[in-house]
Amino acid sequence: MIAAILSLTLLGIALGLGLGVAAKKFAVEGNPVVDELTALMPGSNCGQCGYPGCAGAAAAIVDGTAAPTCCPPGGKALATAIAEKLGLSLDLSGMVDEGPKIASVSEEICIGCCRCIKVCPTDAIVGAAKQIHNVIREACTGCAACIDRCPTEAMVMKPVPVTLQHWVWPKPALA
Amino acid sequence: MGILDRIFGNHWGVHPDDRKRPAADLPLRRLPMPAHLYVPLQQHIGAPARPVVLVGQRVLKGQLIAEAQGATSAAIHAPSSGTVSAVGEITAPHASGLPVPGITIACDGEDRWLEAADIPADPFALEPAEISRRIAAAGVVGMGGATFPSALKLTLGKKSGISTLIINGGECEPYLSCDDRVMRDFAVDVVDGIRLMLHASGATTALVGIEDNKPEAIAAMKQAAASFPEIRVCPVPARYPMGSEKHLFSALTGKEVPADARTTDLGVLVHNVGTAAAVHDAIRNGRPLVERIVTLNGGAWRAPGNVVVPVGMLVSDLIAVAELKEQPARLIMGGPMMGTLLPSAIVPVVKGSSGVLALTAAEAADGDAQPCIRCSSCVRACPVGLLPLEMSARIRNEDYAGAVDLGLKDCIACGCCAYVCPSRIPLVQYFGHAKGELAARDRTKLRNDATKRLVAARAERLERETKEKAEAAARRKAERAKQKAAEAAAAAAGAQADSETTA
Repeated sequence: MIAAILSLTLLGIALGLGLGVAAKKFAVEGNPVVDELTALMPGSNCGQCGYPGCAGAAAAIVDGTAAPTCCPPGGKALATAIAEKLGLSLDLSGMVDEGPKIASVSEEICIGCCRCIKVCPTDAIVGAAKQIHNVIREACTGCAACIDRCPTEAMVMKPVPVTLQHWVWPKPALA
Repeated sequence: MGILDRIFGNHWGVHPDDRKRPAADLPLRRLPMPAHLYVPLQQHIGAPARPVVLVGQRVLKGQLIAEAQGATSAAIHAPSSGTVSAVGEITAPHASGLPVPGITIACDGEDRWLEAADIPADPFALEPAEISRRIAAAGVVGMGGATFPSALKLTLGKKSGISTLIINGGECEPYLSCDDRVMRDFAVDVVDGIRLMLHASGATTALVGIEDNKPEAIAAMKQAAASFPEIRVCPVPARYPMGSEKHLFSALTGKEVPADARTTDLGVLVHNVGTAAAVHDAIRNGRPLVERIVTLNGGAWRAPGNVVVPVGMLVSDLIAVAELKEQPARLIMGGPMMGTLLPSAIVPVVKGSSGVLALTAAEAADGDAQPCIRCSSCVRACPVGLLPLEMSARIRNEDYAGAVDLGLKDCIACGCCAYVCPSRIPLVQYFGHAKGELAARDRTKLRNDATKRLVAARAERLERETKEKAEAAARRKAERAKQKAAEAAAAAAGAQADSETTA
């Protein structure tokens, strides 16, 4: 009994030390450019780009496997910032910016199950069990993570209405 | 434009045919009150006003219906007596045709004023801050078109130490003559308003700049200001955009405002003549800003001229009483150079509406844009010394940073470049688009920063909750152990008692 405990403990310590030393000795330097890009991104790890979180997307952009335009919440502003940082030439015409969207709750369908609240990366949904939930518009980033979680399809993405303050003159058509 | 001006580089601006007469010479008219008034809550720069009336409530002319909220905002008053019939949305007089919050009033036709209370016998005995407070309470905003809350401007001016007040009677936009009419018909009121603003801002002299194509207004103002040596009426040459704050300042003082500064940084505050008249009305008569003089001009009006219009009167109601000769090719609110193209006539007149122009097809002279021939007419015309052709080329290719490097932020959107362009390139629209796009990007950046803060807050919350849960579990475990120990002790005591009784 004691021999077994001792041998396992010793084995554990030896292997642990070995791993620790290896981690220090053979450490792979993280790409600092990836870190810089991650800092530029929204950081909500919403996954709309198809990569595991913002850091994953940043790494993919640096590799060249993802386009700088892959982040929908970041929009054109982020795409330009990334392209500038990486010295890429950017074709924004392919980026269909259908305007920002945010989640909203259809109050007559919501059953108050709290599932959407758990996945929201910015805590933008308020509500409690068996109470109708609601979305705080200022906090919602439009990542759509909550949409698939809703068992009653009460969560829908709605375009943010354009107001006089946000309206932008259309670009004149080319001559 | 003389040869000397060309040599010394003083060749900014354009000289459009002013087309102010005969509308400017016709006497001021008052129109019948329409059945409904549609009063937007955002008629000024800043936050929209907050309604303080309920649907169905009776209001008198001049009664407060929405109060200012936030640091930069302006109060809004009922433009006529009647009943509040809706508090909802109204189409804004804006090229986008988007709605803004507003209050609808069903007029009773009596047009009865609210009794003005507390009119000071001698306003010059009041504290300057009190004058500013009264101007703010009357909802006075800049009447030249920018609609910045006037009281705030005076207060800020007082803080930064103003020595001179410039009163803008330039009215350089073609077609418009509402300021001309104010100066001709209400010169005494304007001069009194100027004296009140001098008192409120702490300035010692006032220069009234009037373009020399308005000799009647100059004569009237000179006569009214004759007994006040601190007010000087200064005719300036007629040239567009003389009415721009920075250009009038240069014409009157000979100095130039730096690109990143305002006239207040040089000790000068600029106000419009219409604002001076509104200040007079607010202080001397206790009457808030609820109506204004609007120029009806353009070939399509049957009877052009200047009319007194209550704020909130629909352009379509104006057309119903003032009548059109023909269907206008373009309906514009404001002047033809900087005004707003109206998407429809069902929009209200607001505090900043200087005119409603109904232009015929010949006047609008529409045409398709042609490629730029790099003639540089726009460079010569630009009053701020920018390169419109280069800026528009960059904006066309979405190189907004490049356009900013060329001075996009200094563009005053006066329209001189587009006016002189032989290829009819809509240059100002390019600049408007770029400014809007840059603002949208700034907003996205702010939003991303806010998102980062929210994500951090969530991570912190999750961590805190796990810790609390662990603590609660530990507490419960400890309690259970304690309870078990107590039970065991009780059982042991019971057993002992049992054994004692059996013994």
